[in-house]
Amino acid sequence: MGATRSGSAKREQQATASAGVSLQGVSKAFGQFVAVDSLDLEVQPGEFLSMLGPSGSGKTTVLRMIAGFEDVTRGRILLGDADVTSTPPFDRAVNTVFQDYALFPHLTIAENVAYGLRVRGVNRSDRAAAVARSLERVRLGNVADRLPHQLSGGQRQRIALARALILEPKVLLLDEPLGALDKQLREEMQVELKQIQREVGITFIFVTHDQEEALTLSDRIAVFNKGHVEQVGTATEVYEYPQTAFVAGFLGVSNLIPADHAREITGVNALISIRPERVRLSAPGTPIGQDDVAVDGVVFETVYTGPSTRYIVETERGLRLIAERHNDHHPASATAFGRGDRVRVSWTKDHASVVPAA
Amino acid sequence: MLRLSRPAKIGLGLIVALVLAFLYVPLFLVVLNAFNGARIAAWPVTDFSLRWWEAAFTSEAIRLAVLNSVIVGLGATAIALLLGTLVAFALQRYSFFGKQTVNLLVVLPIALPGIVTGVALNNTYNQILEPAGIQVGYFGMIIAHATFCIVMVFNNVLARLRRLNPSVEEASMDLGARPWQTFRFITFPQFRSAFAAGGLLAFALSFDEVVVTIFTAPPGVDTLPLWIMNQMARPNEASVVNVVATVIIVASLIPVWVSQRLGRDVTER
Repeated sequence: MGATRSGSAKREQQATASAGVSLQGVSKAFGQFVAVDSLDLEVQPGEFLSMLGPSGSGKTTVLRMIAGFEDVTRGRILLGDADVTSTPPFDRAVNTVFQDYALFPHLTIAENVAYGLRVRGVNRSDRAAAVARSLERVRLGNVADRLPHQLSGGQRQRIALARALILEPKVLLLDEPLGALDKQLREEMQVELKQIQREVGITFIFVTHDQEEALTLSDRIAVFNKGHVEQVGTATEVYEYPQTAFVAGFLGVSNLIPADHAREITGVNALISIRPERVRLSAPGTPIGQDDVAVDGVVFETVYTGPSTRYIVETERGLRLIAERHNDHHPASATAFGRGDRVRVSWTKDHASVVPAA
Repeated sequence: MLRLSRPAKIGLGLIVALVLAFLYVPLFLVVLNAFNGARIAAWPVTDFSLRWWEAAFTSEAIRLAVLNSVIVGLGATAIALLLGTLVAFALQRYSFFGKQTVNLLVVLPIALPGIVTGVALNNTYNQILEPAGIQVGYFGMIIAHATFCIVMVFNNVLARLRRLNPSVEEASMDLGARPWQTFRFITFPQFRSAFAAGGLLAFALSFDEVVVTIFTAPPGVDTLPLWIMNQMARPNEASVVNVVATVIIVASLIPVWVSQRLGRDVTER
């Protein structure tokens, strides 16, 4: 009886649209190890937020705390206005797409997708209709009677998504859902995920260690390192204006110029970050514009990556800078630089960002 | 794959034939002798008859012995299924003080010679419980069998639980299932075949147990193996034993068939 009552309570809760998630001073310790250290994070309703960080940075632990699989050592978790800190996972209006999909191996695809409705006592015919709609959304209506192990990785991933979305959760949690897919399929699924999120309009919290994926998908990105958030912002903000050296280094390649070198080149006495694609190369002594800064050096190494080539330039003072040039010219053309060539490295002042001292 | 030369194939084939003959010819003899009309079984069989079958099926002693064996087997299996599964869950899911010791103590009865278990339980029943006014009687024999039956269920269920993906249960909770729903719809179906296989093994083990049974059976109560042993001591009645053995051979095929089906079920999923 109790199960039925709270089950329908959960359904009513979910009838309202998406909700935000608020983490207030959340900590998680496993014995002596502090996995998450007094974290504050606000996720807006309907937002696609990525938690990006290297493995062991605490992002998955945060996700598991939001889902209710891990107890919170300290702090509060709010779902919308409701404090869910000590609510068991089966009473939280959030659903999860697991990294290994966690499909029920002994149930058919249709039974997997219907599971959340079945345990809530939804009758068979309503269940069947909802499953059909849900499978249609991920374009897999034809596999309803198969077992999970008979599907490909990409199909399983979509089924895991359909199974979580059928309950119309306020928040969908995704734990590196694309990690096990090959590159091409992953890019396809990224587009599909984004479309689905726009369609259902619910909050997505997406854990990934893939910075490109985070940049592609997210409204905002929270960059995790060692159990705390280094920076939260839009893709442009975290990429172009990294607030910490870690963020600058973790998101793509960045030139981090120590304060002493920075003072000589730009006059700014601080750690600065400049993206390689913003660094220009020219013949030594080429005049520069009013808003530009420049330093001369020697090409130390070139790395051809297909669409672009990276030039590693060493200045007279021994600072190495990376410049990335699009290969929009013919590789044999005269504008290309080679190892040992003297070059001038320059960039527009505004394109560099000052990284505040930690 | 390893390619074998022709002589090697023939040699190996012969060995296989020999081993199979060694295993199955004696069983065949038992079946044959069940139809041997002679009072003392002798080779070759000269007089085929169903007289021992008639004798076996009208014997009150055999009927009682079979009944006893089934009751004891089912009782011990039921206890083993319940306790074996609970211990397997405790040891696989939780870490606690003395975990390894508990593991060892649960498995030990199967390694312990039956004669030791038998003597130990006999002493306990007769010298401690009985003077204290507790008559274990028939139930004492069931408990005695359960001590080693538990291991069968425990080992099977534990091995399966270790192979289960823990995130599947989390997924169930995440989708709103109460703990009992998760157990019923997700956890149990995934170890059901191991549970059944453990139960079958436990029953089989109990059904032909002799040593522990001798020490723990109440006076005047015979299980089937005890009855057969007693008959063997009386050569005039030995042929009835062949009939009983034949029936048991046929009956044994059923659990083997069931467990193979269950095994296939698992690999397919």
